Amino acid sequence: MTLTYVGWKLLRAVITMWLVVTFVFFVLRLTGDPVSQLLPDDVDQNTVDFYRKLWGLDKPILVQYWNYFIALFQGDFGISFKDNQDALERVLSRLPKTILLGSTALSFALIFGIPLGIVAALKKNTGFDRFVMGLAVFGFSMPNFFLGILLILLFSLQLRVLPSSGSDTWLHLIMPVLTLGTAFGAKVARHTRSTMVDVLNRPYMRTASSKGAGTLRQLYLHAFPNAAIPVVTLIGLQVGELIGWAVVTENVFAWPGIGRLLTFSVASRDLAVVQCILMMIALTMVMSNLLVDLLYGWMDPRVRVGAGREAVQ
Amino acid sequence: MSFVPGSSPVQAVPGMLVRFAAPVRKLPASVLISLLILGTVAFVTVTARLILPFEFDQMDLRARLAPPWPLDGSTLIHPLGTDKLGRDVFSRLLIATQTSILLALLGTVIGATLGTFLGFVAAHFGKWVDEAISTIVDFQAAMPWFIIALAVLAFMGNSMAVFLLLMGLYGWERYARITRGLVLAAREEGYARAVHALGGKPRTIYLRHVLPNILSPLIVQLTINFPETILFETSLSFLGLGIRPPMTSLGQMLGEGRDYMITAWWLAVIPGTVIFLTTLSMSIFGDWLRTRFDPSLQD
Repeated sequence: MTLTYVGWKLLRAVITMWLVVTFVFFVLRLTGDPVSQLLPDDVDQNTVDFYRKLWGLDKPILVQYWNYFIALFQGDFGISFKDNQDALERVLSRLPKTILLGSTALSFALIFGIPLGIVAALKKNTGFDRFVMGLAVFGFSMPNFFLGILLILLFSLQLRVLPSSGSDTWLHLIMPVLTLGTAFGAKVARHTRSTMVDVLNRPYMRTASSKGAGTLRQLYLHAFPNAAIPVVTLIGLQVGELIGWAVVTENVFAWPGIGRLLTFSVASRDLAVVQCILMMIALTMVMSNLLVDLLYGWMDPRVRVGAGREAVQ
Repeated sequence: MSFVPGSSPVQAVPGMLVRFAAPVRKLPASVLISLLILGTVAFVTVTARLILPFEFDQMDLRARLAPPWPLDGSTLIHPLGTDKLGRDVFSRLLIATQTSILLALLGTVIGATLGTFLGFVAAHFGKWVDEAISTIVDFQAAMPWFIIALAVLAFMGNSMAVFLLLMGLYGWERYARITRGLVLAAREEGYARAVHALGGKPRTIYLRHVLPNILSPLIVQLTINFPETILFETSLSFLGLGIRPPMTSLGQMLGEGRDYMITAWWLAVIPGTVIFLTTLSMSIFGDWLRTRFDPSLQD
């Protein structure tokens, strides 16, 4: 992996973050006076003037833009007007629950999706293949809020075996993980299958087979490393969607994570919290994209030489 | 207006059925069923106002939370039951389907048009125009649009104009990316150069010659985007941040029904099933279309 490759990817990550911050700054300014947006409605004029001076809103817009950057770098996202708590603290307190849900759902999707996709590819056009792929189409066509509601109806209201809301025990985790992970797992299974089918048809697989490599050796040494690259791409591309779905899932199951906080904050227009969550998600996206890019460089010799992501697809 | 049970778009146009009978017979059963479902949804979208038995917001407080037929206590006056205010679920479902599908269609068309146009612009002008458009494309692809949409709804407040704008901007970058790549490739091909050499203006070359040639991947993208746009709208409305009362959409109905899961499960299950069947049918049809357009995928 060349230093230039890593450098370019880092630069792009920084540019994306800069675009997000700029976007938020200007959209916030477009919508009117930030003081009236960020403060509760019932404050008097003196307080408004005080904050306008305090936040430097009497200065030119470019100076404000610069100061906004500095504040963000210092972790100052403003005050949530719900309880006057620091917005960043409020968001961070919710973070562990979301990470727990997200990482469990991601693991669930990969643990089921990848092996099912591989087996379906190896048993191409058999009943098993058609069954798994049929299931996958159902899986990613199912809106996850609807899947969540069906699960609650079945397991909480009919069978009464799982709690429908909250996050106290591991039992609380089961249905949200199924809800969040199913569509993702279905996409992973489908993508793994088509990638494996493609790889198995390549000439190097015939070479491996004709030089007498056993089936397992063929798979582990030749098929999997080549098939892994597009699958990693998919996972990288889907992280954003997973975050979006997590917001809905957390709402269905009253899971006390960032997604639920975001919906509440949007509904009550608690802008300090919203912009803080937005920045955090942007950072997550940028980091995961960077991770995927670096993973490429490590996995794919063509990228290591400097061809870039395009050559892989 | 009265609803005639059993009327479907296929029965409504027997002439068309005869003409398309031969190719239809070759379709796989799953695709055929999907097309039937999509046809019904399209039919409902066009005729919802004409076939609804009740006004969708007409309340009847004496007949609240009636179950759908054939459950105990159901009546045939309300075949799908009534909601918390005694409104006819069937009528609401028709209007909700119409709203959701029209919004998704509008959003998809805006996104496809904008994306394709900007893709052409990027490919035609190249240099910094291309760079600028590609940067915006990368930015949009790098951020989950659902989250951006939530933030914009918080910043700007919820209005129909903002909501439509958000739906229109959903997914445009994919068309832009595809179009840009295809146009750059097509320009190098013989036919585009020939028309150029004959003195064809860029607009003629792009619209009359290049566009028809790159249409099929764009149509496939359309079939992928459309169900996602439906899910985008229904998810936001489900959270109470999209379509809100007094208007209704499939997501809004589902969100409302969710509060009555213990006493009236059908209020959530009925609109949910419609969303699911629509997105499922679109996926199956889209898959089939993709393998038709790209025979290399047939394995």
